[in-house]
Amino acid sequence: MEFNLKIWRQKNAKAKGHFETYHIAGIEEDASFLEMLDILNEQLIREGNDPVAVERGCQSSGPVSFDHDCREGICGACSLYIDGRAHGPDDHVTTCQLFMRHFKDGATITVEPFRSAAFPVIKDLVVDRRAFDKILQAGGFISVNTGSAQDANTLLIPHDKAEESMDAAACVGCGACVATCKNGSAMLFVAARVSSLALLPQGRPEAKRRAKAMVAKMDELGFGNCTNTRACELECPKGITVNHIARLNREFLKAKFSD
Amino acid sequence: MADKLNSKIPDGPLAEKWTKHKSEIHLVSPNNKRKLEIIVVGTGLGGASAAATLGELGYNVKVFCISDSPRRAHSIAAQGGINAAKNYQNDNDSIYRLFYDTIKGGDYRSREANVYRLAEVSAAIIDQCAAQGVPFAREYGGYLSNRSFGGVQVSRTFYARGQTGQQLLLGAYAALNRQIAAGTVKSYPRYEMLDLVLINGEAKGIIARNLVTGQLERFGAHAVVIATGGYGNAYFLSTNAMNSNGSAAVQCWKKGAYFANPCFAQIHPTCIPVHGEQQCKLTLMSESLRNDGRIWVPKKLEDVEKLRKKEIKASQIPEEDRDYYLERRYPAFGNLVPRDVASRAAKERCDAGFGVNETGKAVFLDFSDAIARLGHQKVAERYGNLFDMYEKITATSPWEEPMMIYPAIHYTMGGIWVDYDLQTTIPGLYAIGEANFSDHGGNRLGASALMQGLADGYFILPVTIGDYLSKKFAEPKTDINRVEFAEAEKSVQERIERLFSINGTEPVDAIHKQLGHIMWEYVGMARDEEGLKKAIEEIEKLQKYFYENVKVTGTQFEFNQELEKALRLEDFFEIGKLMARDALERKESCGGHFRVESQTEEGEAKRDDQHFMHVAAWEWKGQGIEPERHIEPLKYEFIEVKTRNYKD
Repeated sequence: MEFNLKIWRQKNAKAKGHFETYHIAGIEEDASFLEMLDILNEQLIREGNDPVAVERGCQSSGPVSFDHDCREGICGACSLYIDGRAHGPDDHVTTCQLFMRHFKDGATITVEPFRSAAFPVIKDLVVDRRAFDKILQAGGFISVNTGSAQDANTLLIPHDKAEESMDAAACVGCGACVATCKNGSAMLFVAARVSSLALLPQGRPEAKRRAKAMVAKMDELGFGNCTNTRACELECPKGITVNHIARLNREFLKAKFSD
Repeated sequence: MADKLNSKIPDGPLAEKWTKHKSEIHLVSPNNKRKLEIIVVGTGLGGASAAATLGELGYNVKVFCISDSPRRAHSIAAQGGINAAKNYQNDNDSIYRLFYDTIKGGDYRSREANVYRLAEVSAAIIDQCAAQGVPFAREYGGYLSNRSFGGVQVSRTFYARGQTGQQLLLGAYAALNRQIAAGTVKSYPRYEMLDLVLINGEAKGIIARNLVTGQLERFGAHAVVIATGGYGNAYFLSTNAMNSNGSAAVQCWKKGAYFANPCFAQIHPTCIPVHGEQQCKLTLMSESLRNDGRIWVPKKLEDVEKLRKKEIKASQIPEEDRDYYLERRYPAFGNLVPRDVASRAAKERCDAGFGVNETGKAVFLDFSDAIARLGHQKVAERYGNLFDMYEKITATSPWEEPMMIYPAIHYTMGGIWVDYDLQTTIPGLYAIGEANFSDHGGNRLGASALMQGLADGYFILPVTIGDYLSKKFAEPKTDINRVEFAEAEKSVQERIERLFSINGTEPVDAIHKQLGHIMWEYVGMARDEEGLKKAIEEIEKLQKYFYENVKVTGTQFEFNQELEKALRLEDFFEIGKLMARDALERKESCGGHFRVESQTEEGEAKRDDQHFMHVAAWEWKGQGIEPERHIEPLKYEFIEVKTRNYKD
């Protein structure tokens, strides 16, 4: 297969970005999107020494930087906005689980970083998502020290509750929800954590404090408000639903009323 | 020198060693803990749990990871589960059985005392994680569920769908976040350790590169903990994450920490087969699938031909023409034999010409019986996400046709040598989790990596490091302006400049792929003397080629992934050679290490306890000089050493 790739290039956080277009051929349809980018990068590195390529401007930006790690859809590192969609045209996948068989041979593909005020660009397609860590540091935990836990079977958690908690806990922290939201809201991310813990008995004692602290931190860090467009759940690679946002809202209101 | 390899195993009966040792360890009072600084490198299960627990205890912790967040460490990708000797299933499990299975699974090449302690603390791990809000699978009555894993006959594996590693890591990460918020831990994401700093022979700090700005920075402490995982990416294609690397371990090795049993690498039997040269990463399918999936290849070569030509589908081959070779060869354990055994059996069938895909390097993992027996819903609950993942990657549904799988490099049992306290041969330097060598011997059992990472991080290191630090609280904070730091930083700077100065034409990955081919060919599933010697020669040639032809683009002082990869590849060359050297010297078959010269008539691995019942610990002697092999004899006082038998 062959493609024209229109890729966002930006030297660093302060520099102005621009698109560059590259042509790539000989891609197997079983190759993943990121493997295709690996091949492009090899090509760009080799071309960098080719005077003709330099004239074409290829050397100027060098290989494309992008975040990636596990390449099996679980670490949440990859974060590309492809043809106008977070993680590209396939549903409920991370970018690393997107395969070239989903594209038409000869297509022009536009690749951008996840864009949000709270996720500044570091370089090319790499963004800074430390804001997510900060939200979780504000309260996304149960306060239990190592060694103080009781036997795990003394806390009975019905099967369905555990499964529902797991549905929310599946969040990989990639930020697709933020990138896809027109308001740049992190509500689905926050809700996934709050809901997962609120569903479990061991998460109840701090439920109110947790919801309040995490929402306050999210607001402080420049994420937008939720206006219930539900775009986030469509793009969430783990299929986390907005039902969890409803639960977050309930927890948040309960907390506010008890103030 | 021999003293250096003192494992410091406490005396006394096996079951009392850890309790006795803990009671003899010196404590550090709360007001003194505040004065002490600890560096933890890596934020997987080991690093995150250790950093969080040390923070809770009141130490000042600095934690480093190469990712943008501690949550992305590769522990996140562990699928199947975590073992613990809870005996919730009343199937006569016990600490002793978990200990015994682990020692036997490791082919009698791990330390009795370490493994017993691991089994001893395993139950507390489950309690700790449940308290943190890890949503383990539960029965309808609310009690915890278990499943079985390879190499054992009880059901002791706890799980959270096929995402157990993710959930346990998010638990440890949450505990870490709580300490970051409390100010006891300072987090440094997107930082990579590039050297270890010693002062008077003790570990006192690191040099790390800020991966965003490219600046080299100095960090001092009273002790350093390495939790950077394994070195499986020396093979280029593995189930490890793309950024997983062995560099921190190599830096420690070069500074005097011995490297133990490097040749013990685990080849996991159930990975999605390689599809082509463009591939950069292999995906694991959880071992839990072997609970209900049956592994087979056709009995007839003509069926194999038809499969390869896509004239028939696997489901069309009748039952009597299928060779369930694991059930045939190992009736007592069947599809649940340990990983090394399952991997070699797959290779044996494929080498005999029965591989089922175009490349001849795949076998079937079939769920049709399980679906018929348990029904769609039950199978979906157990393996739904794994089935989805398989279908996404291969565009084939495991509901309709069996999965195709093949062995791939997955985990490294070898690592930095540590004593019972998890301290390396460098005072003040500790290694935990996959980064150390201690608990899995020649082969790790499934669902035991998560157990070991969390055992080390939550329950062992935070206790044992106190013994060392109890003698250090009077020492002032480490001064990073000392000459030792300046020298280490200078050597890193020179290393980086050298890489840029080569200015060749070959991309780093292209050379790394060549290293991978050498490793898989000669240091893979079957190793022999000639091949191993060749591997060392070939790697040396490739290393030379690298220093003449590599192209590292960009500059040092920017976000530069090519530079990161080049630095890691430099270290993978050293690891590759060390693995080959260790494999060459270990002239026996044992666990994941199969020497062609040492096998039974039936083709099973043949150990040589008389000559090799020991840990081989390698000492760095300088660039271009052969490392020196030291020995720590293994003594089995409490169990009888037997030939591993999974047949009856």
